[in-house]
Amino acid sequence: MGRYIARKLVVLPIVMIGVSFIIFFVVRAIPGDPARLMAGTEATQEQVMAMRRQLGLDRSILFQYGVFLQGAVRGDLGNSINSGMPVVGEISRRIPYTLQLTFAALLVASVLGISAGVLAAVYKHSWVDQGVMLFAIIGASAANFWVALMAMSVFSVQLGWLPLFGADTWRHMVLPTFSLCVYPLALIARMSRSSMLEVVKQDYVRTAQAKGVSKFVVYTKHALRNALIPVITLVGLHFGVLLGGAVVTETVFSWPGVGRLLVDAVRYRDYPIIQGTVLFTVLSVVLVNFLVDIVLAAMNPRMRFD
Amino acid sequence: MKRADRGFRKPTMPLALRRRNVLIGGALISALLLISALAPLLAPVDPLEQNLRHAFQSPSRDYPFGTDQYGRCILSRVIHGARISLVEVSVAVGMAMGIGVPLGLTAGYFGGRTDQLIMWTLDIIFAFPGMLLAILIVSVLGPSLFNMLIAIAIFSIPVYGRLCRNLTLNIKQMEYVEAALAIGAKSYYIIFRHILRNAVAPLLVQATLTAGGVILTAASLSFLGLGVRPPTPEWGAMISTGRSYITIAPHLSLFPGLAILFTVLGFNLLGDGLRDLLDPRLRGS
Repeated sequence: MGRYIARKLVVLPIVMIGVSFIIFFVVRAIPGDPARLMAGTEATQEQVMAMRRQLGLDRSILFQYGVFLQGAVRGDLGNSINSGMPVVGEISRRIPYTLQLTFAALLVASVLGISAGVLAAVYKHSWVDQGVMLFAIIGASAANFWVALMAMSVFSVQLGWLPLFGADTWRHMVLPTFSLCVYPLALIARMSRSSMLEVVKQDYVRTAQAKGVSKFVVYTKHALRNALIPVITLVGLHFGVLLGGAVVTETVFSWPGVGRLLVDAVRYRDYPIIQGTVLFTVLSVVLVNFLVDIVLAAMNPRMRFD
Repeated sequence: MKRADRGFRKPTMPLALRRRNVLIGGALISALLLISALAPLLAPVDPLEQNLRHAFQSPSRDYPFGTDQYGRCILSRVIHGARISLVEVSVAVGMAMGIGVPLGLTAGYFGGRTDQLIMWTLDIIFAFPGMLLAILIVSVLGPSLFNMLIAIAIFSIPVYGRLCRNLTLNIKQMEYVEAALAIGAKSYYIIFRHILRNAVAPLLVQATLTAGGVILTAASLSFLGLGVRPPTPEWGAMISTGRSYITIAPHLSLFPGLAILFTVLGFNLLGDGLRDLLDPRLRGS
């Protein structure tokens, strides 16, 4: 296990450098002069040139990338063009909100999705199974921002049960979490069902049944552990999808997370913020995928030798 | 060569008819094609025609889906929106396949360093959450329908690249490819005549499965103001407009959202059903 983790740890920084390289060069391709943007529209040519020197934009692009990488390692991603505040500070203030929303959605989707999928597999072809599969196929087809707006219309506007916008109390979290979790919940339910149906055909499950072990123990103790392996992979992969989806959900509910910061930054061409938020999000996804690999290897020793 | 010797079986009609998913999905997508083709005839009025005196009307006999803040007929806008959705799917999936498939064929057929380099590049693109990469690319190219589709195509390339590489590796081992090599066939002949031909079916299934995702991502980007701009009747942009009036007129968002739901549902069902029909090994996955 130690060697497996070490092998993965060697690849991790290479992927991170590759990702930072792409983000740096794509952001540099954004039209407009960053020095002019930071100096302001009324700045003289001299002031723009001074800003250019200060930002290091008069040096070669590779040198600039080196400086950016060095700064990123030290936790310095420059300052926002709009607010003038450090990018890392702006992102740090927003991170708790995004993580709170993403993890809540992932937790709800995993718990409900796995339970629904297992129930559908246990009662295959029953109305429970058909109901779960119908929800799964519709849930995977609806746009999450539309689900959010419809939920707002019913639960906030018509029934008045939940607040429309904001992030002050737990009640503010209910609708964003619900709208963000519908898509992964549908996929997890479907994957859990098919994985469970695959596992219950295995010899060891039949042996356990032949020994007289109760159906509940066979499903929860013997089958579920192995059926969960592809489900955990899916959950891990969906962390990235959820962070992408959170961009839209945060915009709908005016949720003060990293996603909304990114959308505002794109509108105002605040390139240090775009660079910082994308870097933060992609690195989080890479890190979560790394952790998922470790969890999977711990659950299934064969994977360590692949 | 017998048909059964090929990688994928050709489904017979009775079998296809038994597949409920293909039927429902096919019906939904046929409806979408029909509505797109006949949009000017089916739409009661011009989708851009404003009538401020009729603004915010609820669904009625005159306006079955109601009207928006400018008094435009939402039914007409939803009908014309079907055309834009078809353009989105065709262009984004076409571009992604146009780049991903040749890359996958090259990586799988030639192997070695070429394979490593291509897969390494695709893996780095794959590390980005699709939505985020699309936002990043649109912020460079500027918000427009075509730029949004380029962004969606770029993050979809690895899906086709990886699938095509795996298919190529499998088909390359078939006896008929070995036989073609033995009689001195050129690489490009083997790639196009044998490998690509046998990879077409699963690639088309993948294209159908990806189409739903393309519509959802395009709608999300337009919702954020990074895709199609008003007054073009694009479903995501229409929902975005409806957001401002959700407290007084939820129907502005309701109907374009339902149009997205049924279209994506159609592509998902059709893709699932075709996959089951063409490749029994993937059933239930």
